[in-house]
Amino acid sequence: MSRLWRWLIPLATVPVLALLAYGFRANPRDIPSPLVGRPAPRFALATLDGAPLALEAHRGKVVVVNFWASWCYPACYEEAPVLERSWRAYRGRGVVVVGVDIQDKPEAAQKFVRDFGLTFPNAQDPTGTVSVDYGVYGVPETFFVDRQGRIRVKHVGAVTDDVFRETVDRLLAEAAKP
Amino acid sequence: MSREWLRRLAAPVLVLLVSVAAGAQPPAAPVSEDTVHEVATQLRCVVCQSLSVADSPSEMASQMRGIIRARLAAGERPAEVIQYFVDRYGEWILLAPRRRGFNLLVWLFPLVAVATGLVLVATIVRRWTRRRRDGVAAPVNVDPAMSERIRREMERGT
Repeated sequence: MSRLWRWLIPLATVPVLALLAYGFRANPRDIPSPLVGRPAPRFALATLDGAPLALEAHRGKVVVVNFWASWCYPACYEEAPVLERSWRAYRGRGVVVVGVDIQDKPEAAQKFVRDFGLTFPNAQDPTGTVSVDYGVYGVPETFFVDRQGRIRVKHVGAVTDDVFRETVDRLLAEAAKP
Repeated sequence: MSREWLRRLAAPVLVLLVSVAAGAQPPAAPVSEDTVHEVATQLRCVVCQSLSVADSPSEMASQMRGIIRARLAAGERPAEVIQYFVDRYGEWILLAPRRRGFNLLVWLFPLVAVATGLVLVATIVRRWTRRRRDGVAAPVNVDPAMSERIRREMERGT
């Protein structure tokens, strides 16, 4: 009886340790999006210039949907030049960059677009509906949508040149296949 | 010059029109604020730490309450509104995990731990009492002078 207990008590800690190992290895900030692999939610917004901006208008292209805000410093300030650069480099190859400005004031957003000389379409999401449709936690968050209109990659934090190039090249290469 | 001015004016006018149109979309069904609150208390505010959408003063939470209200006004049931958020954020958005699958561990583990503890305590207590009974049954050889001294000291103590 006592010999059994001597083994049973240390053995009982094994499942507890396994549970802790599982729990502590997971990054609590790294929350997987259930939207990856699913069709990108549609939206119809007005750009800061007043032009209509709808996701469906870009069906058949690789669409990079970037959620940002003028108060999101420094990450959004770091990635704005990257997005503009990448947009200029890829716009002729069936790639569209779309900016969605969330929880922001129109004047501040317009100043941000002006300061960075952004030429890709940027729209405000005044009710937050588009942000919630995309399951946005904070800014910046970027969704890479393939030519079939499915969300393929969700990137949290500032987009770098490498992330943009690698992801978009992959989606373009795959879309070229029949 | 005048075109530039027109363009500047166009943006806010369009935004206003879009938001008016969005606001006008749901039929004018009265939505009880209690129901909005009830749904909001079950959802996690995504920009906060351990706060519900009902309790957070953040703009994100306020917009989420607006979305809850609009979806209820459009005729969705509270469970459907919650499912809409779960579909977009995963079960992470729920303040209390659902009682099924792996999540059941959260509910069962404390019960199992308490049950194991009770069995352990019962076993140990039984073992102690048995040992004491054994001790009474088999008297130990003590020097008569020593036991006399112990008896005297205990009497003095009381």
